[in-house]
Amino acid sequence: MKFSRTLAVAALAAMALTSCAPPTSNNAASSQDENTGTLRVWLFSEVNQAPKSAVVDATVKEFEAAHKDVKVDVQYIPVDTRAEKFKAAFNDPSSAPDVAEFGNTDLASYVAAGGLSDMTADIKGWDEGKDLDPKVLATTAIGGKNYGVPWFVGVRALYYRTDILKAAGVEVPKTMAEIETAARTVRAANPDMLGISVGGKAQFSAMPFLWAHGGSIASEKGGAFTSELDSAKSREGITAYTNLLKDDICPPATCAEFGGNASVQQFIAGKAAMTIGGDFNYKAISESAFKDKFAVVPVPGVTAGSIAPAFAGGNNLGVFASSKRHTLSADFTKALASKKSQQAMFDAMGNLPTFTDVQKSVAEKNPQVAPFISTIAAGTNFVPITDTWSTIDAKGTFTTMYQQIVTGKADVDTASKDATDAMNKIFAAK
Amino acid sequence: MALQVPVATASTSPAPVRPAQSRPKKKGRGWAGRLEHWLYLAPALIVLIALLGYPLYQLINMSLYDYRQAQVSGNAPLNFTGLENYRILVSDPEFWTVLGNTVIFATACVVFTLLVGGALAVFATRLRPWVRTTLFAVSLGAWATPAVTGSAVWLFLFDSTQGLVNKVLAGIGLSGFSDFSWTYDKWTAFGLVASEVVWCSFPFVMVTVYAGIQAIPTEVVEAARLDGASMPRIFTNIMLPMLRPIVMIVTIQSIIWNFKIFSQIYIMTNGGGIAGQNMVLNVYSYQQAFAASLYGLGSALGVIMTVLLMVITVVYLRLLKRSGEVL
Repeated sequence: MKFSRTLAVAALAAMALTSCAPPTSNNAASSQDENTGTLRVWLFSEVNQAPKSAVVDATVKEFEAAHKDVKVDVQYIPVDTRAEKFKAAFNDPSSAPDVAEFGNTDLASYVAAGGLSDMTADIKGWDEGKDLDPKVLATTAIGGKNYGVPWFVGVRALYYRTDILKAAGVEVPKTMAEIETAARTVRAANPDMLGISVGGKAQFSAMPFLWAHGGSIASEKGGAFTSELDSAKSREGITAYTNLLKDDICPPATCAEFGGNASVQQFIAGKAAMTIGGDFNYKAISESAFKDKFAVVPVPGVTAGSIAPAFAGGNNLGVFASSKRHTLSADFTKALASKKSQQAMFDAMGNLPTFTDVQKSVAEKNPQVAPFISTIAAGTNFVPITDTWSTIDAKGTFTTMYQQIVTGKADVDTASKDATDAMNKIFAAK
Repeated sequence: MALQVPVATASTSPAPVRPAQSRPKKKGRGWAGRLEHWLYLAPALIVLIALLGYPLYQLINMSLYDYRQAQVSGNAPLNFTGLENYRILVSDPEFWTVLGNTVIFATACVVFTLLVGGALAVFATRLRPWVRTTLFAVSLGAWATPAVTGSAVWLFLFDSTQGLVNKVLAGIGLSGFSDFSWTYDKWTAFGLVASEVVWCSFPFVMVTVYAGIQAIPTEVVEAARLDGASMPRIFTNIMLPMLRPIVMIVTIQSIIWNFKIFSQIYIMTNGGGIAGQNMVLNVYSYQQAFAASLYGLGSALGVIMTVLLMVITVVYLRLLKRSGEVL
C-alpha cells in the first residue's frame, strides 16, 4: 500500500516536472536566407488535376533553369484537410513547406499563428505588382503588411434560366428588389421550381445584399473590430436576403439548410429559375441539361444599373515564416503568380486572374467571364481580416443569424442583435 | 509480520548460522512478493498511463490555459487562466442548451436501443434457426456499416425531394410528406438521427442479450412455464433478473457510446443542424477545439464530458449495488 502510494506520488511529480504547461513550439522566423537547395511547395489538389499540374510544371521547369542548384518539390494537398496540414506545419516548422497556396479567408488566422512571412517588400519591388487589383490585394493585408500574393479570385453573380423567365414574362432583374419580385412571379408560374435558389447557410450569397444596402459585417479601428450587423443599413440588407427565403420563393423548409454549393446544385438539377453562383460553377452549369438556356449577369445593386459588391473569394500564394529561403521562395511565388502563369491558369482551369489588365483581356476574349469581371471591376468586399473571423466562421455565428430569421425563430432585429453581441464577444476575446 | 518472522525461523532451526541466512532471504521474498504483482501489472499499467493517463492529464492541463493556435505555434505567450475556460462555458447559455440536447438525445438513443435490441433478442429465441440466422445476418450488416456510410445512406433515403421514404409516404396518400424536410424541425431531425443510431447499435444489444438468454438453464424457464407463467411474466421475473449483469454492461456501453455520438449528427444535420439546433456535446467540442482552434475551451468541454460520463456510470453502478446486485 505504502509502496503504491510512493509510486503514485513519484509519477505525479514526474508529470508535473516534465510538463507544467501544454506543449508549444518555437515558430520564430528563420534568419537564414539560402539561395540554393530544395524549395518545398504546397498547392491544393483539384478534382481535375492534370491542367493545373501542367501549368505548375512549366513554371517549375523555367524556374529551375533560371536558378542554379535549386530544385522545386511540389506537393498537392487536399483542400478538405488543409486546416490540419497547415496547423501541423506551424507546430512543426521542420515539416513545413517554403511556399504554399491557401484560401484568402484563412490568411488572418495563419498570420496570427505566426506562420506566414511578410511579403510587402517583395510585392513593392515586383514590376508586375502594381497591376494587382487593389481590392483583392487588400484581402492579404493586416496592419499595412501583405502576407501573400493573390493567385486567383472567385466571385459570384446571378445565374438565370432564359427559357423560364421568358415563359413567365419576367424581365432580367435590374435591381436587388427586382430579384425578389421576379423570383416570386416565376415560382407562381412554376410551383415545383424555386424562384431563386439561395440558402440560409450560403454566406457569400448573402453578403452582397448586406453590402449593397450600405451595411457591413464589422468595422475596424486601430486593429479592433466591432460588429455592425445591427445597424439600420445592415438590417435592411439582411431583410432583403431573408425575404428570398419565403414559401413563395425559396421555402425555408428546403432552403434554410442550403450552403452555397447546395443552392447551386438545385439550379444545376433544373429545380430553380435563378441562383447566385460563382465563376467556378460555370463549367458544371454549362454541362447541365439546359446548357444553352441560361445566362449570367452581375448581382444588381439597390439602384438600376449598379452592381452589388461581391465577396472576393480566391486563393493566395505565400511564403512560410519558417522558410530558410525567403528570397528564393518569394521569387518562385512571383513566378507562379505572374501575369503569364495566371493567363495560363485561366486557360487551363478558368481561374480568374488578379491583375486588372489580365482580367480585361480575358473578359474581352471570353464573353462568359465578362459578368464576373464586371463584378470585380465594380469593387469587391471581404470578411473582416482578423484571425477571430475563423472562430466566427467555425461557430457559424453569421449564418446562424440568417437561419434563425428564415426559420422564424427570431426576427431580424433580435437575430442581428444576438449575432452582433456574439461577434463582439469573439472579437474581444483576442 | 516483521516480528513474527525471526521468531518462527529461530524456533525451527537451532543452528546459529541458519537464522542469519534465512532472515534476509525471507525478507527478500517479502519485497519480491510485493514487487511481483507490480511487475505483472507493469505492461498494462505502462500502456494505460501512456494511452489514457497522459492524454487525460494533458486534457485537464490544456483546459486550464488560454490555449489557441497562436499559442501552440509559439506566436503568443501562454497564459495560465485557471478555471476561466470552465467559467466561459457555464456562463454561456448555448452550452446548457447543448448539454440538454445531448442528455435528451442520448437517453432516447439508449432507451430505444435497449428496447429494440432486448425485444428482438427474446423474439429470436422463439424463431426457427434459419429465420434467426437471417435476422442476425441482416442486423449484423447494419452493425458493421460504418457510421459515416450509414448516415449518408439514411440521408439519401430521407431526402426531402428525392428520398425513397417521402416518395413512398406520398405514394400511399400522405401528401403532407411530399417535399417534407426531416431535418428542418429540431425534433424530427433528432428523431431521424436517433433512428439511425438505434438502427446501427441495436444488433450489439440483441446479440449480447441473446447469448445471455441462451446461457439461462432451460429447466428454470420450463419450470416457470409449467407453473403457468406467461411469456412476458417469464421475461420480467425469470430472464431479466438472470440477465442483469449483461443488461448492465450493454446499458453502460450504450450510455457511453450515445453520449459520444459524433458522426451521425455531424453528417446528417450538416454539422449541428439549422442555426445549431441539433448540436450535441461532442460536435460542439469539435467545433470549439478544432474548427475554431480554441483548444483550451475544447479541452474544458472534454473534461466536462469525461466527468459527466464517469458520474453517470458510478451512479448507475451504485443503484445496481444498492438493489442487491453482486458486481
